[in-house]
Amino acid sequence: MATEHQLEGNGVSHDDHDHDHDHHQSFVSKYIFSTDHKTIAKQFLITGIFWAIIGGAMSIIFRLQLGFPNSNVGWLKPLLGQWITEEGKIDPEFYLALVTMHGTIMVFFVLTAGLSGTFSNFLIPLQVGARDMASGFMNMLSYWFFFLSSVIMMSSLFIQTGPASGSWVVYPPLSALPQAMKGSELGMTLWLVSMAIFIVSSLLGGINYITTVINLRTKGMTFSKLPLTIWAFFLTAVIGLLSFPVLFSAALLLVFDRSFGTSFYLSDIYIGGEALPNTGGSALLFQHLFWFLGHPEVYIVLLPALGITSEIIATNSRKPIFGYRAMVGSLFGISILSFVVWAHHMFVTGMNPFLGSIFMFLTLIIAVPSAVKVFNYITTLWKGNIVFTPGMLFSIGLVSLFISGGVTGIYLGNSAIDIQLHDTYFVVAHFHLVMGSASFFGMVAGVYHWFPKMFGRMMDEKLGYVHFWFTFVGVYLVFFPMHYIGIAGFPRRYYSFTNFDAFQSFTDLNMFVSVAAIITFGAQFIFLFNFFYSMFKGRRATLNPWKSNTLEWTTPINPGHGNWPGEIPAVYRWPYDYSKPGAEDDFIPQHIPFSATPESNLPHENELIAEEKEEEGIVVDETKES
Amino acid sequence: MLQFVLIAGVVLIVIVLGFLFRINTLVTVVKGAEKHPETKSNKINGLLMFLFMVASLILLCWYSYARFDDYTMPVASEHGVVTDNLFWVTTAVTGFVFILTNILLFYFSFKYQYKENERAKFYPENNKLEIIWTVIPAIVLTVLVFTGWKAWTDITDAAPEDAEVIEIMGQQFAWSVRYPGKDGKLGKVDYRRIDATNNFGMDLSDRNAFDDFMAPRLYVPKGRPVELKIRARDVLHSVYAPHFRLKMDAVPGMPTRFWFTPTKTTEEMRQETNNPEFNYEIACAEICGRGHFSMRLLLVVEEPEVYDKWYAEQQSWLSQNPDYLSQIPVELEELAQISVENTKGNKETENKLN
Repeated sequence: MATEHQLEGNGVSHDDHDHDHDHHQSFVSKYIFSTDHKTIAKQFLITGIFWAIIGGAMSIIFRLQLGFPNSNVGWLKPLLGQWITEEGKIDPEFYLALVTMHGTIMVFFVLTAGLSGTFSNFLIPLQVGARDMASGFMNMLSYWFFFLSSVIMMSSLFIQTGPASGSWVVYPPLSALPQAMKGSELGMTLWLVSMAIFIVSSLLGGINYITTVINLRTKGMTFSKLPLTIWAFFLTAVIGLLSFPVLFSAALLLVFDRSFGTSFYLSDIYIGGEALPNTGGSALLFQHLFWFLGHPEVYIVLLPALGITSEIIATNSRKPIFGYRAMVGSLFGISILSFVVWAHHMFVTGMNPFLGSIFMFLTLIIAVPSAVKVFNYITTLWKGNIVFTPGMLFSIGLVSLFISGGVTGIYLGNSAIDIQLHDTYFVVAHFHLVMGSASFFGMVAGVYHWFPKMFGRMMDEKLGYVHFWFTFVGVYLVFFPMHYIGIAGFPRRYYSFTNFDAFQSFTDLNMFVSVAAIITFGAQFIFLFNFFYSMFKGRRATLNPWKSNTLEWTTPINPGHGNWPGEIPAVYRWPYDYSKPGAEDDFIPQHIPFSATPESNLPHENELIAEEKEEEGIVVDETKES
Repeated sequence: MLQFVLIAGVVLIVIVLGFLFRINTLVTVVKGAEKHPETKSNKINGLLMFLFMVASLILLCWYSYARFDDYTMPVASEHGVVTDNLFWVTTAVTGFVFILTNILLFYFSFKYQYKENERAKFYPENNKLEIIWTVIPAIVLTVLVFTGWKAWTDITDAAPEDAEVIEIMGQQFAWSVRYPGKDGKLGKVDYRRIDATNNFGMDLSDRNAFDDFMAPRLYVPKGRPVELKIRARDVLHSVYAPHFRLKMDAVPGMPTRFWFTPTKTTEEMRQETNNPEFNYEIACAEICGRGHFSMRLLLVVEEPEVYDKWYAEQQSWLSQNPDYLSQIPVELEELAQISVENTKGNKETENKLN
């Protein structure tokens, strides 16, 4: 009796009798319109992987143009049709469309939906000890809005005038005027509609993540005992909730300018042989609104990756994460500061230079918590006992990429240096390393690490190693050379550099980058094979294959609806008790009470034993009262 | 046929790889599925971490040294020297951190790889360390910010009174240049007046517009401050003169500006780079449509005397397009006529420079 009450006390509505229905679920309610967070996570993951292939393939096509500008790509004609010109060249406007869609897909559909959508959904209930998300239905809606948004974005690739091509930032007036380029016709409308729906999806997900973390933690799971993954997902959701609506408003006003004749962003324009009636609008307004999301967005894709990495590095170093409180503090610091640095994307847009100074100060402050995180990761490795699982390799790779891409942020955040580097390949190198590749590595690391929990089987490790080394070396060979190209002044989003004397060098380096990109992209198919093969034929997983401390490994190998067949375990300790002196094993999971480990307890932990007993008593009392 | 062979070849390779993978898996199963972390793989990965670090450090140093002249662009403006210095100071500081942290990361990964009889050190926190590595980066960054801030305020400060004022306007997909003429004042513009000839939309009810003239290139004098008045007439563009470390967006409906002092004439730069064909160029750095990559304008730096002579010889736009005299309000007609007469004498000597 007491047990059942206790369950309700934890805010859980399901009980054992719900599980009987598991077996009667139809295919549709189990795999398609599922409200189970684990299934929804897998849906996000598979859709994200699909988008990653599309987005990656696009980058290969434009890398062909950049690396081999004189080659004939007529062989792509069966695939791309009219976008390949008579002479077998990529059409310049299609080049811009590719760049635009690559950016949009990678930032939003892969690294936002694919990363947060997968791991926040999968791990929040499992790691905080909840039966499911606060609202399974909203969670399902979140995925299906994302799916709808994906379908619309996808369909824009197949229309006559092509997809949006004003780059992923879609600055008006270019994106507002159909006369300005083909991509600003129907393609841009579809982009805006798709993004609006995407934002709805993102908000539905975010509200759920926040609510679940705040309300559905199991007994004993105080905020100070949350794994860093959960801290990261939680703060990511908060950032998303506060910033995505601003992008929504930016998009909405752009829709008005495009379709209803308003002048929010348009003023004094003469195009296509006629003067437009719009006056009084401000093109800069859009940039402010866009980057008010756009910059936090960088952290929306990065923080989950950092959270995942913290967990994997601690587990596989067999050491507590160094400076847990500093890690949480720096996550807070980054989250708050991420809202006040947006205008560093706008130093030379004509914005008031005084404002530029302010944003330069704020931007360089954000480097401090980022640096703290790096130092803590490195100290966690120090004197560890490191097991190189594929997940661990990708996590170490992430830290390296985060450093390499992070330091160049100090150049770009300095407005005086940014004058020259703004919109050159230096920027491309910077954000592809620090945000693109780092987040991608976090996502892949997460897949390798939690694959056993998702599918009950292990991924092949050897293939994982090969995949890592190809990808890691490949990513550096693709993006590091871009620093040189950027310092040499080469501007972004250029179809070709043949028109300028100043940009004649580096044809060899550009060719090298393209070859490296093709090989790196090819190596991802090793992962794809491993992923789908292991799903069905992989070695069967054990209960806790990485000897990890967090709660998800206390569930059955294939957790059913509701995650734990019986009572949800209570939590007594932080999740990083690895290699504790005196302990028999080199890990003590979170649900083991201090009373069970007298041999390894620290002095202050022994005092907690009494409290543990007291708390149990209190809970029973409470249930009796109710 | 060739295509078929290629496809067949690729399929064959994939099949062979698939078989190899399957055999490998079966062998592992036969040997015993239970894997220990101290296997060969762990050692190989640890070693690769170390090798990767060494190899990439060598590659980085070699390439940065060998191709130095390729990726550094000669500088030709006063503020450019300052920002270049900031760039190299930042490179020294961040380069040190970049190399140090990466070395520690890979070295620790290599050194502390799994050993069966060892145990990791339980070392959960050290507040002193945290404070040290919060405060030191904060101080270093503050220094960098203040030097950057000083340069930034100087660069974006108002142009000196005697600066040459020149207007540059972006449109899909070209730049146009307008000089204020003898009175040193640019005439008013109104985008509604733009037509095929009146590219800038000059408002001829403003007398300052009478002596304005256009040029096919951006001519500027060496050693004098030059203030660019920047606008766009259709979509966003960005004036980007890489040798002058100059970049500023051109925004429709919102004029922007950027001032700089050129320090080397085109001729001097030709000698410095040993390239008799050398020209300064202006490119567009903000995506503006199909022809974004082709918005090229030549920038020519002349000795001040040569520049002044050229400037004095230019014919006003109005005198070249007398049709537009009819747009001038009656009370200003006489003034316009005088202005046109004044510049007619220059016709023969026009465009001697190029």
